[in-house]
Order: sequence, then structure tokens, then C-alpha cells
Amino acid sequence: MFKTILPYLLSGISVGGQYALIAIGYTMVYGILRLINFAHGDVFMVAGILMVYISASGLPLYVSIPLVLIITAGIGFLIERVAYKPLRSAPRMSVMISAIGVSYTLQNLVLYITGGLNQFYPTIPFISKSITIFGATTKMVTVVTPVLTLILMIGLVLLINYTKIGMAMRAVSKDFETSSLMGIKINNVISATFVIGSFLAGVGSLLYFTNYTTVIQTSGAMPGLKAFVAAVFGGIGSIPGAVVGAFIIGICESVIKGLDIILFKLGLSKQMMGLATFSDAFTFALLIVILIVKPTGLFGEKTTDKV
Amino acid sequence: MKKFVAILLAVLMLIPTFALGENVVKIGVFEPASGDSGAGGKQEMLGMQYANAICPTVEIGGETYKVELVYADNGSSADKAPSAAQQLVSAGVSVVLGSYGSGVSIAASPIFAQAGIPAIGVTCTNPQVTAGNTHYFRICFLDPFQGTVLANYAFKELGATTAYCLAELGNDYDVGLVHYFKEAFTALGGMVIDETFPNGTSDFTSYLTNASMMEAGVFFCPVSIAYATQIVNQAAAMNVNYAILGSDTLDSNKVVEAATGTNLNICVSTFYQEGGNPEFDSGFKAWMNADAEALTNNGGNDMIAAVSVMGYDAYFTALEALKNAGSTDPKAVNEALWNTTYEGVSGAIAFENVNGDAIRDTAYIKSVDTANNAWNFVAVQGV
Amino acid sequence: MTKNINNMQRKKLDPAVLISALIIAAVYVAVFVLEQIMPPTSMLFTVLKKAAVYALVAVSMNLLNGFTGLFSLGQAGFMLIGAYAYGIFTIPVAQRAAVYQYYNGGLVQFSLPVIPALVLAGLAAAAFAFLIGLPVLRLKSDYLAIATLGFAEIVRSIFQWDKLGMLTNGSNMLRLFPTFNDFNIKNAEGEVVVYLSTLMPFVIAGVCIALIVMLLHSSYGRSFMAIRDDEISAEAMGINLAKHKQLAFCISSFFAGVGGAMLAMYSNSVQAKSFTSAMTYEILLIVVIGGIGSVTGSCISSFLFVACSEWWLRFLDQKQMIGNFEVPLLRNGFRLVVFSVIIMVVVLFFRQGIMGTKELPDLFRKKLPKKTGKEGEAK
Repeated sequence: MFKTILPYLLSGISVGGQYALIAIGYTMVYGILRLINFAHGDVFMVAGILMVYISASGLPLYVSIPLVLIITAGIGFLIERVAYKPLRSAPRMSVMISAIGVSYTLQNLVLYITGGLNQFYPTIPFISKSITIFGATTKMVTVVTPVLTLILMIGLVLLINYTKIGMAMRAVSKDFETSSLMGIKINNVISATFVIGSFLAGVGSLLYFTNYTTVIQTSGAMPGLKAFVAAVFGGIGSIPGAVVGAFIIGICESVIKGLDIILFKLGLSKQMMGLATFSDAFTFALLIVILIVKPTGLFGEKTTDKV
Repeated sequence: MKKFVAILLAVLMLIPTFALGENVVKIGVFEPASGDSGAGGKQEMLGMQYANAICPTVEIGGETYKVELVYADNGSSADKAPSAAQQLVSAGVSVVLGSYGSGVSIAASPIFAQAGIPAIGVTCTNPQVTAGNTHYFRICFLDPFQGTVLANYAFKELGATTAYCLAELGNDYDVGLVHYFKEAFTALGGMVIDETFPNGTSDFTSYLTNASMMEAGVFFCPVSIAYATQIVNQAAAMNVNYAILGSDTLDSNKVVEAATGTNLNICVSTFYQEGGNPEFDSGFKAWMNADAEALTNNGGNDMIAAVSVMGYDAYFTALEALKNAGSTDPKAVNEALWNTTYEGVSGAIAFENVNGDAIRDTAYIKSVDTANNAWNFVAVQGV
Repeated sequence: MTKNINNMQRKKLDPAVLISALIIAAVYVAVFVLEQIMPPTSMLFTVLKKAAVYALVAVSMNLLNGFTGLFSLGQAGFMLIGAYAYGIFTIPVAQRAAVYQYYNGGLVQFSLPVIPALVLAGLAAAAFAFLIGLPVLRLKSDYLAIATLGFAEIVRSIFQWDKLGMLTNGSNMLRLFPTFNDFNIKNAEGEVVVYLSTLMPFVIAGVCIALIVMLLHSSYGRSFMAIRDDEISAEAMGINLAKHKQLAFCISSFFAGVGGAMLAMYSNSVQAKSFTSAMTYEILLIVVIGGIGSVTGSCISSFLFVACSEWWLRFLDQKQMIGNFEVPLLRNGFRLVVFSVIIMVVVLFFRQGIMGTKELPDLFRKKLPKKTGKEGEAK
């Protein structure tokens, strides 16, 4: 039984870790701006494309990787300044539509630059190696991802709880207006949030595209949506929640793809039911169930509406 | 301000409409330049462009016409196909070539039918493309043939008794081919497990694991190049012990590249094997190497893809039809196509008189030479 | 295409409404005449047909997002249901074996005429909406948006499921059903005598939009707007929130379903995989560009949006020569870049959209600035 499920678990954990790094960006932005940043998945994709072009220019990896991460963080900063800051006082729907617009723009820009063809991600030697765990062969990145994700998460939680900027972030997410009255520079806090979120998406893209080596303008859409679901699932605004949610979703997704075979192997079903079709749908079903049963997610704080 | 913008738009629209003094016949190129099949579509277009470079004029009814290729990108998706087709129709083409991928051809077919413009399918192998209509022709073999050939090869040559098939949801090409493969393979006494994945998937490890779990001897995945390279890459990392079998879409230098240096066994069926016509090969390579953009569109090197050869043949078949018709009127070309024959690089081309399908009975099987980044010729296979 | 004659009779004849009605009538006549005199292959008709379909879908989305204040992103899902319902029940029996080639001709072995099938498409979508609405309408703003988006994705997967293939043809295309071209009147030789293939989508969309406008002017419509403006006050005034939200959701989905069926007619085929969330975003952008809360705006912006994306900006995708000078940057995909920049500019700097919350007759009333008058006519 363990032997049957292990390979699916392994790939689920690695996908989950990559979703987690994207989900953190969603959850932080939502915590502060109450904005579903639809463009976040596309920032993740742009980081992938940047890596393709920068490494094609011949720079060594120890230069190109930091460069990609810095540019990605810069893109996050720029998006916030151009597309969200002017709408600070506008209704929430306008901001969300602006986010959709940014997502559309990024995708089309990449479509134009790449000519709509799949780009092949460069190989990063250490994490691309094959290794064998309990008889299941996989890439090194599968093992690296969860470890790196946890390290980054702990670092981020420390940052939020014990630094000045972290305190400011917590204050802004609690009460936007009061904290600005208290002398917190709201715009700096928001920019910092976007920079951190995009940086993590950049790290996520390194791991994700090392595993799945082609990048195209729509590569960010599905992972982005799933990471958002993970953030809601874990309780939006909560960083550990987003990480836990992402791992759960990653594992479920991977197991569902193999569910027919697992059931068959365990003697629980006699024929194939085509359940793999529902690998994406299941994520959303999970989301709807959690929203109805516990709208604040697994780790979310309860809020009340003020009249 | 808004008035100014409106005027500006109107002026910009007029720019492309300049008149030409000479006789021009327009051939529509209905191919994907973007999306999952973009790479294949571009290779197919290369064949047409090369053919156009060699033979830019045609004699129709005693007059010399310049051939102009009009491009429309169908974006590899059935919902973008109708408007791309409409674009060709309103450009006034005499005949359409394409497409790579069956779904887009099926979706665009009614548009061409309404406009009375004939189309020549280049590598769309699903029977539904030509079935029940008189305007869609095709120069390649069909899925029932290709599926059977591959099933025979998997069962008899690769010695597989269990086959795992993977298709993209809603892709007529994949689903059709898997259907016919399954039919033929089970008829031979083998067992088939077939699964599908949604559009945009990049994690294939679970599917590859599924095949290992079921102890499949062969993993049949007639998917777009975009997915095929992912599958090959992930299969290599997992060190799978079954053979990977593909159809004509996997006949791409990108797949070879992904497989090089691994110990995978990858076999595909296709329309043409490099070396089949040395004169064409050297000419085409020289042409590509002289043009950096062409080389990029071919995936970075000058390996000849079978789809380019098919594109080349399709162009000349269209010229033959134009000559036979003696006019550039689409209706006349449609009539003439039924009796058009052409001795192509990929073999003799003639259309049967019910659906307008090519009369073809051979496919080439090749396998990846993982040591040398090249294809090995394996066999010519009939049913 | 907004106010219709019924509204005029209720009040005293308002000249502004009269002018609007005349403009709309003129548009219909113009469409009819153009279709008879221009070659049917012209890109104009493709754009007009698609725009009529999008106008209906956008107005139905506006009903929910703009007038009731429910932020739903499930539009593509309801369109999918409508498109499939239409496709499944209208494919001629003789063609079913060809369409359901892997499923022995499928389960349904009869076919309905076009108009009943369109109504059925709407009803199917509304029924789904009713079921979905029961749990999700309790959710607020963004959560509602993401839940409906999720539902659209789930619906898409269900329709692609192989085991339902007898009904839905699995993930394969449904096709060969009656399309807009079947509205053309032909003589015995099969030659078209009167072209109606563009007028009919206008008529169907027009009737549906007129129904929506009537609804908005009824007491239900006013309740919807009260809910949008302030849910708590609306409830205090005695409006049953759950009932009215559910009603708006179902009605919007009904018209989205009809719109989906019309989209199927426009594109000659239906396939679940094309009804993605990107389609919903596209429609949302149309609503925003037109003005959230303006039926006229949604209609005008559908036409502009479709014309720009399918037609006017196409030249940006091809190399252009002016004399011997090759215009830089122009190649495949540039059209979409320009288009998305235009959209961003509208979203950021013209937040009111083309019409704000104004309707066509408002343009002819004196207190309003004259500037916007031109656009009403441009349609």
C-alpha cells in the first residue's frame, strides 16, 4: 500500500511546496490590501521566462539566478505602483479588475516576446539530478522544495513577528486607516509586501520549472489559481495556513491523477472511471466546501462586518 | 480627442491595402503560430515558405501569376480557429493549406465551406476533417491507419501486451488516435489503459507512475510537442522502463533534444525520413541555414521535420490544382482538386473520390538515437 | 438596443426615449440592408455576429455585477451549460453518428427546433445556477467571485468526463447543429435569397436585452439596485435578500445560457475546453469598459471590443511596409499587447467606462454634456 502511494505523495509534496511559495504572495497581499492579486501567477510565469532569456545570454547560474529574483521582485514593485496604487481609494472591484488587466497584459507581452512558442527552461545542475527514495525515482528538486519552502516560511514568520517592517505589516492588515494615522508609511509597507511576494514567486518558479521544464505565457494561470485556492483554504492572511493549504492541495491533486490506478491496485475498483479528469476540479470543490463550512479557512481569524 | 483617435484608426486601416500591378494568386496558410502546436505549425509553414521561395510563380490559364502566401494564426485552439479562417476568407484566397492539428481544421471547415474555398489538410489526420464534405482534402494518412500501424508495432515489434495511452482532453487529434490505437491493440489481444489530462498540465509524473504501476510495456502519447517534451523529460528523471511511443507530432527535434543523453526508448510514426530525397534535404537545409528566423522557427537546428516536407508537398499540390483549374476561382480549384495528382517528396499524392483523402498506405517508424541527438530509421510499416 | 417600446407606453412619450428607439431601429435596418448588399464573407459580419452574442452575455453579467452588486465570475460556466444544452438537443438525428463517433451516436436521438432549444439552453443554465446559488450566494464579494470561478471550472471538468460521453460527447466537439447561417432564406436551388444570418443574432440578443431592461425597471430591478447600494438597509426595508439574490443569479445565468448557445451558433462548434476563466475575464472587461451599471455601455463596448480584437487591430500582427520602410515591432502577438495596454489605460484612467451609469436616452436629455452624444450614434 505504502509502495503504491509513495510516488504520488512525492510528486504531490513537491508541487505543493511550489504552490506554497506562490500562495504566500497571495495571502500577504490579500491580508493587507484585501485584493486578489490575479497577476501574481503571471509574475511567477514571467520569472520563468526571464530565467530562460537571461541564461540564454550566457551568464553563469550564480549570476543569473539572483538577477532573476531581483528583477522579479522589481516587477512586483512596479505592478503595484502602476496598477494598484492609483486605485487606492477606488472600489475593491476596480482594483481587482485592474489586477485582471495586468494579468492579461503580462501574458500578452510574453506571447509577443516568445512568439507563442514554448520556451525550454535551463537545467540547474544540482536540483535536476535524479535520486531514488524508497524505490521511487524522482528529481532532486522534489526533496529540495519542501525543505526550502519551510525554511523560507519560518524566515518570513520571524520577519513579520520580530522586525519593524513586519510589525507595520501586521498593523496595516489589522486596520488600514488607523495605522496610517499612527505614522506608518502605508505605501512603503505595501511595496515591501509586493517585493517579498514576488521574490518568493521567483523562488517558486525556479523550483517549479526545473521540475516541469517548459514555460509559455499561460504557464502561470493554473498554478496561480491553485495557489490562491490554497491561500483561501489555509485561511487568507495566514502564512502558515497558506503553506499547509498548498501542501494539501498539491498532494490531493497528485493522488487524484493516480486514483484510478491506486484503487485498482488495492483491489477497491474493477474498472477505470476516468477520475483523473477531475484533478483540477477537485481543488475547486475543496475550496467551495471550505468556504461554506468555515469561510475563514483553516487558520483564518474570524472577522465581523461593521455596519 | 476621441474623434482624432477614430480618424487615426481609419487611416491605419488603409495602410495595408495597397494595390499591386501584376497578377497575384493568394494561397491561405491556416496554421498555428502560437499555442501548444505552435512549434509544429511553424515547421509546417517552413516547408511552404521554402516551396514558395523555389517556385514563386505559377502558370494559370496561360498567364503567369505571382503566388502570395496569406497567413492566419489559428492559435492551436478550436475557438480561435473560426476567426482566423474568416480572416483568410475575407483576404480572398483561392485555396487554403492547413492545418497542423485536427481540431482547428474541423472547427474552421464550415467557414471555408460557406465561402466555397477548398482546403488541403497537411497533417490533420482525424477522419472527421474530410468526412461528409467536398471542400476539405488532405495529403496525409488517417488516424485509423496510423493507430493500427502503431498498435501493430507496439504489439509485435516492441512486444508489449499492456499499453498505457495518454491524450489531452478535448484534443481531437489525440483522442482520435488513442481511440483507434486502442481498437487495434485490443483486437491483437493486448490490454489498454487510457487516461486524459486537462489542457495546460505540466506535471505528468503521476501519469508516468500510473503506467509503471500497471506494468505497461509501452506508453502511447500522441500529444502536442509542448506536452511531449515534458513527458520525455519527466520520464527520463523517473528512469522508466517502458518504451514511449508517439505519432507524427512527436517527430520533432525538440523531442530528440529532450531525450538525448537519457536511456529512454522513444519511437514515432511519421510521413518522411530524412535522407529519403537527398536533393530536397540539402536544398531545404541550405535555405534554412541562410535565414536566422527560419532556423529559429525550426527549433534552432536544421534537422528536417516530416511536417515541413508535408507543407512543401501541400504547396505544390495546390499549384497543380491551380494549373488544372486554369483559373484562380476557388470553386474551379475545388473541382480540379479531385483529379489533381502530384509526385511529392513524401510520396505520390492523389485523392480518393469520396472524402478527398490521400491514397497512402505507408508510414515510417523512427526511434531516437539518444547518444547522437538524431533519429534512427527503423522500418516502413503498412497495416 | 436598450429601451424598448413597451417602456414608452407606460410613461408619457419621452422624446429622448423616442430618439433612442429610432436609433436602435435604424441600427437594425442598417444591419439588414448591409447584409443584402455586401459580400457575406466580409469581416464586418463576423464582428457583428460575435458582438451581438457578447453584448447579451455582457448585459447578463452586468445585471449581476453592476445592478445587483454580486461579484460573480461564473459566466463562462453558465455559457458552457447553455452551449452544450443547445448543441446536444439540436444536432440533426442523421448527423449524430458522425458527431458522437466514439459513442455510437450518443444517447439523445431526437432534435429540437432552434428557438425552443435556445430557451432550453437558458433554462438549463438557470437550473444549475439555482443549485449552485443555494450554497454560494451566502458568500460575500471576493469569496463569492472565487467560489463561482471555481464552479465554472468544476462544470468544465464534468462536461469533459468520459463517462458522460453518451450525452456530452466526452471532451470532443459538438458540431453540425444549426448555426446563424441556417437563418438565411434559400430558394429551391439552394441559393440564398435573403440574408438573415447577421440580423437574427441581433434580434435574439435584442429581445433578451429588452427583457432584462424591463426587469430592471420593475420592482424587482429596483430591489436589486437597493441590494447593490446597501445590503443592510435593503434588508431593513423589507427586501428578502436571499430570494432576490437567488433570482438575480438565476436570471443572469438564464441569459448567459442563451448567450452561450448563441456563441455555439456563431462558432459552429462547442467544446468545453474553450470556456475558460479567461473568457469570463474578457466579458468582465467588456462590462467595465462599457461602464458598470449601464446596459447601453455593455452593448457599445462589446462591439468595440470585438471589432478591435478581431478586426481593426489585426494589421498589427503582420509585417507592414510603408514604402521601403518596414514598420518595427509588428509581428504576431503585437495586436494583443496594444490591446491590453488600451484596456489598462481604460481601467486606470477612465474608471467610469464609456457610459458610466448612463443609458442611451440619457444622452438626449438636456442636462447632460453633449460630448458623449457621438458614441451613442457610433453604434
